[in-house]
Amino acid sequence: MNITVAGVKKEVRDGITVAQLIIDEKVETPEYVTVTVNDEFLENTQFEETVLSEGDNIEFLYFMGGGQ
Amino acid sequence: MAFTNEQIERYSRHIILKEVGAKGQKKLLNAKVLIIGAGGLGAPAAMYLAAAGIGTIGIADADEVDLSNLQRQIIHQTKDVGKPKVESARETMEAMNPDVKVITYHEFITSENILDIIKDYDFIIDGTDNFPAKFLINDACVMAKKPFSHAGIIRFQGQLMTYVPDKSPCYRCVFKEPPPKDAVPTCKQAGVIGAMGGVIGSLQAMETVKYILGVGELLTGYLLTYDALKMQFRKVKLPSDTHKCAVCGNNPTITKLIDYEQAECDGVGL
Ligand SMILES: [Zn+2]
Repeated sequence: MNITVAGVKKEVRDGITVAQLIIDEKVETPEYVTVTVNDEFLENTQFEETVLSEGDNIEFLYFMGGGQ
Repeated sequence: MAFTNEQIERYSRHIILKEVGAKGQKKLLNAKVLIIGAGGLGAPAAMYLAAAGIGTIGIADADEVDLSNLQRQIIHQTKDVGKPKVESARETMEAMNPDVKVITYHEFITSENILDIIKDYDFIIDGTDNFPAKFLINDACVMAKKPFSHAGIIRFQGQLMTYVPDKSPCYRCVFKEPPPKDAVPTCKQAGVIGAMGGVIGSLQAMETVKYILGVGELLTGYLLTYDALKMQFRKVKLPSDTHKCAVCGNNPTITKLIDYEQAECDGVGL
C-alpha cells in the first residue's frame, strides 16, 4: 500500500504499524518523537497498536533544542 | 509623531511597500519586542529588528561572550569576548539605529521573573538553546496570553513555529514535556552551522514584523522545518485540536510555571 511519510510518498507492506514504521524509517531518538497521522496527534503509547491504512499521511516531529 | 527626514530615508524601503507604508513604520517604531537569548538565533533576529526600527527591544541573556560563540552569534565581535552578551548586543543595535531603545536583562529567565519580564512586550522571540527555557517561555506566554516565535537549530537543521494566543497550537501541544537530560543532543554536543542561526533567526524576525504589521499569514498551526543539506523547507501542518494540551487546553493541568532541570552539558544555559 502507499502512504506519505514526511511529505514523501512510499510503498509499505499492508498492515504496518506506526511502531514498525518508526524502525523502518530509522527515526532518531524514537522515544521522543511526536507523530501525527492525518493531522492528528498520536499518543506514543499507541504506536504499537496503530495499524496504518492506504493513503495515510504520517509526520515525525523532532525536538530541536539548540539556539545559542 | 512625525518622521524626521532621516527616518524617511532610513525606512524608505519599508515605507514604499504597500503592506507597510508610513502607518506600518509607525507601528514598528511603537512596538516592543523581547528576545530571550542573545545567541545564534537571537543575534540575527535582534539585528534585523533593530535595523527595521522596532522602537523597544528587550534582550535577556545571563552569559558573557565566549570566543566559541563568534562562529555564529554575529551581533558580537572579537573585541566583545568576556563582556555580557546583552551589553554587546545593545551596543551593536544602538550603533545600527539610534531610534531603538534597548532594555537589557543580564539574568537567567526563571519561573520567578519571566512573567514580570514579558508583561510589557507585544511579541517574544525564543532564541534559547535548552528545553527547560523553551518550555518555560511557552508556558509563560500561554498564561500571559503573549504571542511568540519558537525556534530550534542543530547541525544542518532548523525549525520554527509561531504561537498566537487562542488561535494556534502551542509548543507543548506538539512536545508534551522536555526530554530527559542528554536524551536529545544540544548544539554544543552536536554542532551547528553558523548560517543556520541566520536563516532561522531571520525568519523569527520576519514573523515578528508580520505580526506587528498585521499582514500575511503567520506560521501558526504549522511547524516549518529546514534541512540545509537537502536544501528543503517543509511546512508541516499541526493538528488543530488542542483541547487536551496540559497548558493551553480546555482543562489545563499546568497552572504554575515549572523550572525544569537544566542539562549539564548546556553549562551556562540561555
Ligand atoms: Zn498547547
